[in-house]
Amino acid sequence: MTDARIPGLEPPVLEARGVTKRFAGVTALSGVDLVLRAGESMALMGENGAGKSTLIKVLTGVHQPEEGELLLDGRPATFARPLDAQKAGVSTIYQEVNLVPLMSVAQNIYLGREPRGQVGLIDFRRMYADARALLAEYGIQVDVRRPLRTLALGVQQMVALARAVSINANVVIMDEPTSSLEAREVETLFRVIGLLRERGIAIIYVSHRMDEIYRVCDTVTVLRDGRVVHVGSLSELPRVELVSMMLGRSVEKVERGGVTAFRAANESDAPPVLVATDLSRKHQIDGISLSIRPGEVVGLGGLLGSGRSETLKGLSGVMQLDRGGVTIDGKSVRSGSVPAAIRAGIVMLPEDRKAEGIVPNLSVRDNIVLAALPKLSRGGFTSRRKQDAVVDVFIKRLHIKVSSPDQLVSELSGGNQQKVMIARWLAMTPKVLLLDEPTRGIDVGAKAEVQALIDELAHEGLAIVLVSSEVEEVVEGSARVIVLRDGSIETELRGDQVDESALLAALAGSAS
Amino acid sequence: MTTLEPAAGPTTDRQAARERIAGLLQSYGAAIVLVILLVVGAVGFPTFATPSNFSNILTQSSFLLIVGAGMTFVILTGGIDLSVGSVFALGGVLAAYGSTFGLLGALLFPLVVCGLIGALQGFLIAHAGMAPFIVTLAGLLGVRGLVLATTDGGSTTPLITDPVVVALGQGQVLGIHWPVFIAVVVIVVGSVLLARTRGGQSIYAVGGSESASTLMGLPVARVKFTVYVVSGVCAGLAGALNAAYSSSGVPTVGVGLELNAISAVVIGGTLLVGGRGNLIGTVAGVLLLSVIQNLINQVGTLSSSVQAVVSGAFLAIVVIIQTVLSRTQRL
Amino acid sequence: MTQATVSLRVPSRSAVLGVFQKYGVYIAIVLLLLYNLVFTPNFFAVDNFRTQFVQVVPVLIVALGMALVIGTEGIDLSVGAVMALAAAVIPLYVGYGLVPTLLIAIGVGAVIGLLNGSMVAFIGVQPIVATLAVMVAGRGLALLIANEQLKSVTSPEVLALGRDSVLGIPYSVLIAAVLVGVVAILVNRTTFGKQLIAIGGSRRAAELAGLPVKRILLIVYVLCASLAAVAGVIGTARLGASVPSTLGNLIELSAITAVVVGGTPLSGGQVKVLGTLAGAVLLQFISATLIKHNVPDAYSQIAQAIIILVAVYIQRGKARVK
Repeated sequence: MTDARIPGLEPPVLEARGVTKRFAGVTALSGVDLVLRAGESMALMGENGAGKSTLIKVLTGVHQPEEGELLLDGRPATFARPLDAQKAGVSTIYQEVNLVPLMSVAQNIYLGREPRGQVGLIDFRRMYADARALLAEYGIQVDVRRPLRTLALGVQQMVALARAVSINANVVIMDEPTSSLEAREVETLFRVIGLLRERGIAIIYVSHRMDEIYRVCDTVTVLRDGRVVHVGSLSELPRVELVSMMLGRSVEKVERGGVTAFRAANESDAPPVLVATDLSRKHQIDGISLSIRPGEVVGLGGLLGSGRSETLKGLSGVMQLDRGGVTIDGKSVRSGSVPAAIRAGIVMLPEDRKAEGIVPNLSVRDNIVLAALPKLSRGGFTSRRKQDAVVDVFIKRLHIKVSSPDQLVSELSGGNQQKVMIARWLAMTPKVLLLDEPTRGIDVGAKAEVQALIDELAHEGLAIVLVSSEVEEVVEGSARVIVLRDGSIETELRGDQVDESALLAALAGSAS
Repeated sequence: MTTLEPAAGPTTDRQAARERIAGLLQSYGAAIVLVILLVVGAVGFPTFATPSNFSNILTQSSFLLIVGAGMTFVILTGGIDLSVGSVFALGGVLAAYGSTFGLLGALLFPLVVCGLIGALQGFLIAHAGMAPFIVTLAGLLGVRGLVLATTDGGSTTPLITDPVVVALGQGQVLGIHWPVFIAVVVIVVGSVLLARTRGGQSIYAVGGSESASTLMGLPVARVKFTVYVVSGVCAGLAGALNAAYSSSGVPTVGVGLELNAISAVVIGGTLLVGGRGNLIGTVAGVLLLSVIQNLINQVGTLSSSVQAVVSGAFLAIVVIIQTVLSRTQRL
Repeated sequence: MTQATVSLRVPSRSAVLGVFQKYGVYIAIVLLLLYNLVFTPNFFAVDNFRTQFVQVVPVLIVALGMALVIGTEGIDLSVGAVMALAAAVIPLYVGYGLVPTLLIAIGVGAVIGLLNGSMVAFIGVQPIVATLAVMVAGRGLALLIANEQLKSVTSPEVLALGRDSVLGIPYSVLIAAVLVGVVAILVNRTTFGKQLIAIGGSRRAAELAGLPVKRILLIVYVLCASLAAVAGVIGTARLGASVPSTLGNLIELSAITAVVVGGTPLSGGQVKVLGTLAGAVLLQFISATLIKHNVPDAYSQIAQAIIILVAVYIQRGKARVK
C-alpha cells in the first residue's frame, strides 16, 4: 500500500526521495518519498509528531535532509535556506501570517524584489499598481498602502498567498492556512486555490480539518512516526480509514471509540454557581448573559471572531468590561482583575498555551504551583513540603509524564504541558474552570486523556465552560451549548438538541 | 468578485482616525516641540535667533547627527549600539594620527578601522547570535581600552596640524561649518537608502518581524551585520570630523555619547523595538537636544547640571507619551 | 496510542561546554587564583584579599539589585546616578547620625526606584529608555543638590562604615555578605522570588496566572535602586567625601557585566545570586591581577570586554531556549 502512486499525466514538479532527518539522535523523518505533479493538490496528513512540519521545513529549505534528496522538475536540488527554495519556485503559506505587520500591503508583497527604476531606487508607484493588480486577480480590493496590521486576518492571509504565488511559484505549500480564517475568508481562499490549480501550480495542503481536505485535495500522503504510511487518491478513501491510518488504529476501534473520550454529559439542576449578566465590551462582545451550575459542562459555540474567547476573557478578568458583571454564589466579582477572579474561584486555561500558559524556563513543579504559591508558603517563604504535597498528587492524578517534578516544563509534550496547566488551576480548588481550546495542538492520546479529565472534573462538581473549534468536542463534551454570533448569544442548544447537525446548523445560520 | 474589506476586521473608522493621529504625533512630535522651542527662544532671548547662534547650534549638532544616523539604522532593526561613544573617540584619535598622511589618511584610517569594529560587532550579533546590548557593551569597554592603549593611557593627545584636515572641521561656507554639510549629506543619503532601496526596506522588515523576514527569504543576518558596520563608520566619521574641528584627537571625548544618540533617536519617534522610524525624526531629536542645551545656556545663570535634569526629564516625558501613543495604535 | 510523550533533553552541546555554562565563572576564578599563586607575589596575602573584597563591595551590591531586574527581563541604567544621589544627600543629613543618614539615602534610592518601576510597570516604557532618562536626570539632580561641589564627610560613624573592621573583616564586606545572603534567600526561598522569575520567563503567563505582576516589577526596581543607594553610602564612606560628579560612574556597566558573567541571562527568567557574586569577584581579581603586573588600565578594559564576550558566547544557547 505504501507505494501506490497515482498514475498522473503531468510530470512531477517536486520530488523527495528517501529523505531522512534526525534531531539530536531522534529520527523525525525516515526514508520519506513524495511525488508532487503539476496542478496536483496533495493533502499531507498525520498527527502531531508524525513529521509533517519537519517534511515541510525540508521542502522549503528551513532544514536540510541528512539522507535522501529533493528533485525539482526531475533535477536534484539543494535548498540551503528558505530563499533558495523560493527562488526555485517553492513557496509556503504558514499557519500564522508571516509578514511584517508594520509595513504596507504592497511592501509586504514585494519585499526583497521591489520593482526598481532607472537609478536602482524603488519605484513605489509601479509597486502599488502591481500590488493592486495582483490582488485584484484574487478578487481582493484593499488600499495597498495601508499597514498590513490594520487589515483583517483573512486579508492578511490572502496577501501572504499573493506574495507566495507572485514569486513565480510552481509549488505552494499551505500549512494550516485556514486556522485563523472566518468561513467567508475560507471560501475566498478555496476559490484562489482553484485559480492556482488552473494555472498548473501544484499544492501541498496541510490541515486538520477533514472537510477542507476532501474539498480541496485530490491525493493524500499520510505520515506516521516519520514514515509515509499511505499514498493515494483521496476520493476513494473513506474518512474513517484515513483517520485510522493517521492514528495507527483499526477502523473498528475508531468507530467504537467515537471521536472523543467524553461520556454522555448530564445537565445539572443545582443552583448556578456562576451568573454573568450583560457582559459587554466595545467591538468584542455585547450583552452576554449566562449561568453555569456545578457539575455542568457548557459549550461555547461560534465561529472564530464570534466572541467566544472574549467571553472567557471577560469572565476570567483578563479583559476589562465596559458593562455587566459576574457573580459567584451570589457574590459579585470585581471585573477586569485576574487575581480577583481567581480568588472568587474562576480560572481560565488560555488558548495559546506556549505564550500565555506555561513559563518555559521553570520546572514542572514551579509551573504547577505558580498560582497557588502564596497558599503554599509560610510568611512569604516557600515551603517545599507543602508544594510537594500538591505537585505529587496532581502529577499522579493527571498522569503527567515527567522524569521528575524538577524537569523543565518546556521539555514536555504539548499534552503534558496542558495537564500541567490544568494542575495549576486545580491546585487553586476553583469553582469554575474556563477552557479555551484545551486540546488544540496536542496528540491524539493526550487529547483523549484531557477530554476524560474534563468529564471527571465535571462529575466531581466543577462547573466548566468549554470553547473548542472542533465540533465533535463541543457536542460530545457539553450538556448544553451556547452559540455566539458577532459577540452576542445567537441561540442555546439543550438536551437532545445538542448534536453535530444542530450545532452546525446554528453555526451555519450565523455564518450567512 | 468578492470584496474583502476589512471593515469587520480589527479596525473601525474612528479607531483608524485615532490611530493615524497617534502615528503622526509619534512621527512628528519632536518636530512640533522643536518649532515651539524655537519660537519660545526667539521671543525670550535676543541672542537666540541670530545667524551665529543658529550656526553654533548646527555645528554642535552635526557630530551627534552623524552618530544618530548610524544609531537609527541599528535601532530600526531592533538592535542597539552602545559602542558609538568609544568608537567616536577612536575615530578622532585615528584621524589625528592619519592626518600626517593628509586628508585622505585622516578620513580613510578612522573610517576603515571603525567600520571593521562595527563589522566585528555585527558578526557576533548577526552570525553568532549574541545579544546586541552585550556585544556593544563589550565594544564600549574594549574600544575605549583601544583608545587609551593608542594614546599612552589617554595622556597624549595627538594634534592635527595638516591645514586641509583642520579646514575640514573649522572651514565655513556661508557661515556654516563643513561638518554640518557632511551631516546633511549623511542624512540625505541615509534617508534615500532607507526609503528607496531594497536594503533599506529589509532593515524595516527585519526590525518589524525577524521571523517573517527569514521566511520571506530576506538576508536577515546580512542586514543586521550591515547596520552595525554603518553605525561604526558613522561614529568614526563623526569622531574624525570632531577631531578636525578641535584640531586634536582627544582620547576622552564621547563618554556617554551613546546615551545622547539613543535619546535623540527615540525622541525622534523611532521605535526602540525596531521596524518604524526615520532619519528626519532623528534630526528633529538631535536638534531638540541641542536647542534645549542652547536655551539653558542663554539663561546663563543655570548650571550645566540643570541641562542634564531637563534632558533627562524631557526624555522620560517623551518615552512615556510615545508608549501611550504606541498603545493607542496597538503596535 | 499514548506514546511516551516525555521528550528527551536534547544534548545540543558537548558535556564540556555544559560544564562551562554552569560553572564557567567559578572555573575562571580558580584558574586566575592558581595563576596568581604562581606568578604574583603577595597576591595571597590576607591584606591583599581584604583590599580586593573592599573594592568589589559597591559593584557587588549594585549587581545584586541588577540581577533581580535582569531576572524580570529588565535593565536598570540609573544605578550609578542613584549612587551619586545618595552621596549628594549624605552631607545634608550626616549631622543627625548614621542611621538617619542611611535611611534618608536609601529612601532617596527607593523614590528613584519607584519612578523607574512606575514607568516600566504601569506605563509600559521599555526599561532601557526609562532608566536611561532617570540616569541622565538623576546625575544632574545629584550635582544640583551638591551645588556641583565635592564635600568631605567627617562623621566618624559614617567613615567607620568604610574603614573599620570587626574581627578583621571590614564592615562594608560584612554588609555585602549579608546582602548576598538576603538576596539569595529572597530569590530562591520566597514567593516573591519565584514570582519574579516567572515574570521574567513569561510575563503574559504570569499575568494570566493571577500574579501581581505590576506590583512585583515595581518592588524589583525599588529594591535595585535601594541597593544602589547602599552602595552609594558605602562608596562615600570609603572615600571620606561626597563626590556626586564621579561616584558610580559607569558602574551600571560593571554591574551588568558581573551579572551576565555570573550566568544570569539578559533575557530574564533566571537569577543567579552566587553567580553574580562570583562574577563581581572575577572582574575584581582580573583587574587586580593586571594592575599587579603593571598592565596599563587600557588593556584591562580590553580584557574585560573579551571576558564579557566569551561569557555570553558560552551561555548563548541557554538564552536562546526562550
